[in-house]
Amino acid sequence: MNSREYIESGILELYVFGKLSEEEKLEVQQMAADNPAIRTEIAAIEQAVINLSHSVSPNISAETYDKIRAELLGDDPKVIAMKSKTNWSQYLGWAASVVILLGAAFMYLQMNDQMNGVINEEIEKSKSEFDKMQKTIVTLEDQNKATQTVLNIIRDKNNTVVTLGGQPVAPTAVAKVYWNKATQTVYIDAEGLPEAPQGMVYQVWALKLDPLTPTSIGLLEKATAATTKMYKVDNTTEAEAFGITLEPEGGSATPTMEQLYTLGKV
Amino acid sequence: MTQEELLPQIYKKDDKAFTLLYDMYAKSLFGVIFNLIRDKEEAEDVLQDTFVKIWKNIDSYNESKGRFFTWILNIARNTAIDKLRSKNFNNNQKNLSSDNFVHILDDPSKINNKIDTIGIQEFVKKLKPKCIQLIDLLFFKGYTQQEASDELEIPLGTVKTQNRNCINELRNLLKV
Repeated sequence: MNSREYIESGILELYVFGKLSEEEKLEVQQMAADNPAIRTEIAAIEQAVINLSHSVSPNISAETYDKIRAELLGDDPKVIAMKSKTNWSQYLGWAASVVILLGAAFMYLQMNDQMNGVINEEIEKSKSEFDKMQKTIVTLEDQNKATQTVLNIIRDKNNTVVTLGGQPVAPTAVAKVYWNKATQTVYIDAEGLPEAPQGMVYQVWALKLDPLTPTSIGLLEKATAATTKMYKVDNTTEAEAFGITLEPEGGSATPTMEQLYTLGKV
Repeated sequence: MTQEELLPQIYKKDDKAFTLLYDMYAKSLFGVIFNLIRDKEEAEDVLQDTFVKIWKNIDSYNESKGRFFTWILNIARNTAIDKLRSKNFNNNQKNLSSDNFVHILDDPSKINNKIDTIGIQEFVKKLKPKCIQLIDLLFFKGYTQQEASDELEIPLGTVKTQNRNCINELRNLLKV
């Protein structure tokens, strides 16, 4: 079997998944050792499934990170074993100086005890500051990722961008629609909408103009995009305009036109 | 960083080793664990147990045992499955076979910041349903070829190649 056929057989995927018998595993390793194309293929398969499982992972809490870190690295200082010396005779000549040294060492240790208290306190302080920074970094990384995603949405050249202007009930409100006809996705940037009152929710409508036919394409639930205010809503294929109304929680079947916050034509 | 560059660092079991190990693999392992456990707190406990096991046994790992990722993936899956089987875990067995990894994406309460997943949601949903099931059983849940063939009612002889096609589809979408 040549390497191409071997790769196409699908055995390398199962090798990465850890689902081969001992015998098959050895065979793959032998093939990989002789053949760089197989090694490259294994690495690519591995990368694909690492990315896939990474992306369906919920966030891991900072507490769990701390717990794991403490358990793995934590309170388990390395012990250095002392070797005992048995041949005392050769050290006799040094005895006198040792006595003097001991005196000095005793004094040194006494001072050291006092110092240790201070130093330990400092170490504790640094440790807790370090932990705090770790948590901040995790939060910032999350935010950064969210921001990156938003940037990618905004920068996509395939987007039709529609600005929705404020209406009488909320003249200063503004929202933007990013409509990607290639990937058939619609995102709403809701940064310019006032906070929805308790018990109310913004609902997005795709409108056909003649005759006026609104179709709901989603609710802007606060929890789903707390930091970025960039919401993904349902796809639409034939909108001529978009509107956003304020509706009771859960949304409405038809828009409440008195509560039309923003509107814009494609 | 490739496995060959990573391993000498990890064997040192120091601060840097921990950071590398955690940054490179914690989320992937957690995705696999969460897909089996379906309870965030329990899943985080399992993740912790998994890391303790990896750390304890790292000296016994060498490349003749297979890929490092495969080795830790097996530890994660086995730890999660042990948890599911343990008596005091209140688990609805039905969930194990019927929920797949795409369902995680459908449940916003499970993902703290849903926008993180929007990019991948788009392409994961483009995978054929058969592929989602196959990858879910073989990779995420660690089924054997025989078990996957029984569950999905596809001929045993085609499991390997069908799975290959599905992973290829995934790689095209991911450009890996």
